Amino acid sequence: MRIQEHPIIESYDKGKLVTFSLDGKELTGYEGESIAAALKAAGVMVHRYTAKQHKPRGIFCAIGRCTDCVMIVNGVPNVRTCITPLKEGMKIQTQYGVEPKKED
Amino acid sequence: MKRHELIVIGAGPAGLSATIEAKKNGMDVVVFDENAKPGGQLFKQIHKFFGSKEHHAKVRGFRIGQELLKEAEDLGVRVELDSTVMGIYENKEVTVKQNGEVHHYKGDYIIIATGAAENMISFKGWNIPGVIGAGAAQTMMNIQGVQPGSKILMVGSGNVGLVVSFQLMQAGCEVVAIIDAAPRVGGYGVHAAKVARTGVPFYLSHTVVEAKGTDHVTGAVIAEVDNHFQPIPGTEKELDVDTICIAVGLSPMSQLASNATCDMALIPQKGGNVALLSEYGETSVSGIYCAGDVAGIEEASSAMIQGRSVASHVCMKGGYLTDEAFAEKYQGFQDALGQLRQGMFAPQNKGRNDFTETDEGYPISKTLLAKGYMTEEELRDFPAASYKKDGVHPVLECTQNIPCNPCQDACNFGCIKVGENITRLPAVDEEKKCTGCGMCVASCSGQAIFLVDETYEDGFAVVTFPYEFLPMPSIGEKGTALDRQGKAVCEAEIIAVKKAPVMDKTAVVTMKVPLEYVNAARFYKPLV
Amino acid sequence: MRKVIRIANTEPFVEWEDDDMIICRCEEITKGEIRRAVYDGMRTTNEVKRYLRSGMGLCQGQTCQRLVQNIIAGELKTKPSELGMIQGRAPVRPVEIGVFSKNVTDVKED
Repeated sequence: MRIQEHPIIESYDKGKLVTFSLDGKELTGYEGESIAAALKAAGVMVHRYTAKQHKPRGIFCAIGRCTDCVMIVNGVPNVRTCITPLKEGMKIQTQYGVEPKKED
Repeated sequence: MKRHELIVIGAGPAGLSATIEAKKNGMDVVVFDENAKPGGQLFKQIHKFFGSKEHHAKVRGFRIGQELLKEAEDLGVRVELDSTVMGIYENKEVTVKQNGEVHHYKGDYIIIATGAAENMISFKGWNIPGVIGAGAAQTMMNIQGVQPGSKILMVGSGNVGLVVSFQLMQAGCEVVAIIDAAPRVGGYGVHAAKVARTGVPFYLSHTVVEAKGTDHVTGAVIAEVDNHFQPIPGTEKELDVDTICIAVGLSPMSQLASNATCDMALIPQKGGNVALLSEYGETSVSGIYCAGDVAGIEEASSAMIQGRSVASHVCMKGGYLTDEAFAEKYQGFQDALGQLRQGMFAPQNKGRNDFTETDEGYPISKTLLAKGYMTEEELRDFPAASYKKDGVHPVLECTQNIPCNPCQDACNFGCIKVGENITRLPAVDEEKKCTGCGMCVASCSGQAIFLVDETYEDGFAVVTFPYEFLPMPSIGEKGTALDRQGKAVCEAEIIAVKKAPVMDKTAVVTMKVPLEYVNAARFYKPLV
Repeated sequence: MRKVIRIANTEPFVEWEDDDMIICRCEEITKGEIRRAVYDGMRTTNEVKRYLRSGMGLCQGQTCQRLVQNIIAGELKTKPSELGMIQGRAPVRPVEIGVFSKNVTDVKED
């Protein structure tokens, strides 16, 4: 959930409302916030499934160190969504291993 | 290849301070940071810092960050962002990833100020989305404006765990419990107390044994641990949480120092693997220095001083400071650091748990260490918390020797005295007249100062306390007064709410309570 | 650092209940694999890293290094500080392989 009002912080440094897609589904977020924040605000928890055990992973460190939150962004895999700013029209895909989900 | 006299790696508190100091002395310096914005972790610190005026005490971390950036900007410091230092090679050659390319730089001197990484603990299900680091929680709520979860279990009762718990509540999240495998609260008692009085339970000698859920956390199982930190079967308890937040300490991010072939050692008091340093912060490789958390885990306040101190040594070696000028500066930095490095939480006391009394000889509260709050009985041992006086007067529930003194400067009437040694407990001068202005209440970074007036009205007393939550109580509003562990004690009526720019968002709220609850009531909960 | 002593294991490897717990999140290395590596003769954090790839994934051991160390120390009944840390190697941060093909050696002075 987005924080509407905060006792200490007057405003968050964000751009305009933009649309982007997650696995083909249209979502909205604010330009310049991290992709991970936009996804979290939209209720998305799973960013990827691991290569070996196919287990779900999401945000863990949120500062680009642990690399757990990587996803496929505009076709590029292993993008750290917690430090990559959201842009209008970004195509984001849940990462399976290092690839998008294979079509059955 | 591009040459600079000084290359600083990391534009956090230590690195930026080092860069500023070097630039001031006329050195050619560049600082690289892998992030899109400088300031490191300072901008997520929305609490007021400890220390004294020269350490920016009672200023919120992000404001210190803003001041630091302004100083850097005014000096025209070169800060290269989105610039990831990948390695340090022979003759102080540095490779940096910029614009998707590898760029080569060479420094006459290098200061490594890469900060720290969070420690983790492993338990069943710790890979499930919803198990996050405390730093992640701070980033999400304080930078991105998104709640990291709604019901949170905090694992770790050090200052990070306590401060982040408080901030989670400020962000509108519920902190279900704070647990720690250690038998004692690790952080400042005042940080624990301000969380405990909102009603958050502390479970010491407890660990998390399982995160429940498949693709997101749906609960947490905690259990008591024995003397060897092993869970005791049969003591498991399931908590209804959607987020597990890990705050179990930090480790220096010293890979670059290791990569640069500096002599390294694992030193527990410094938080992990660090380069062995000279007294001026130089590694075993001549011309390569470390400053800030990478040199040993401390606070941002000390990192900033260390950054300046190390940079001044570099300036001296580079011919930008005379030996005398350096000696004078260095002494100043050491004095400032020395003040912060005193008391029971000083770096050299890390891991020590044998303190039984304060420097003044008062017994340290056992309840504070076990449950995060103090009992009325324990507070009676502390004169500044228990003296009686007609009319309004300050009550200082500050009971551990921590380096902090803003309360002394906040009182214009000389009621509060800490003295030269800033880790001494504040004392009240009962002869001096308290006007009830509340400046001391707002100035206390630990939120441990209250104003009390037992003679307010027949049968009623007033208690004034710091308040940093929403919704802000309004005058005339009725609610519940809570005690130090967050238990409801009586009905309370809000009679004053003071806000001022100088108080920086800490509201000073006064509530009226029946006289018999004056020593119990320390917090307020509105009626829902 | 401690002097490495290698003695062939004569006792069979004992499995633990939590051996399937992931320790290295990037490379998905379990506690059991690390314990088994020590049983197989690995004695330092660096050796285990080379044997299993623990700490060689995207995060370069940022998250798991100390956890791996603690497990090895537990198996060898020694202190983590006796095991040495992972040698820091460039690139210390995750860098796409393509970046290395763009090596800018001549930078114009600005």
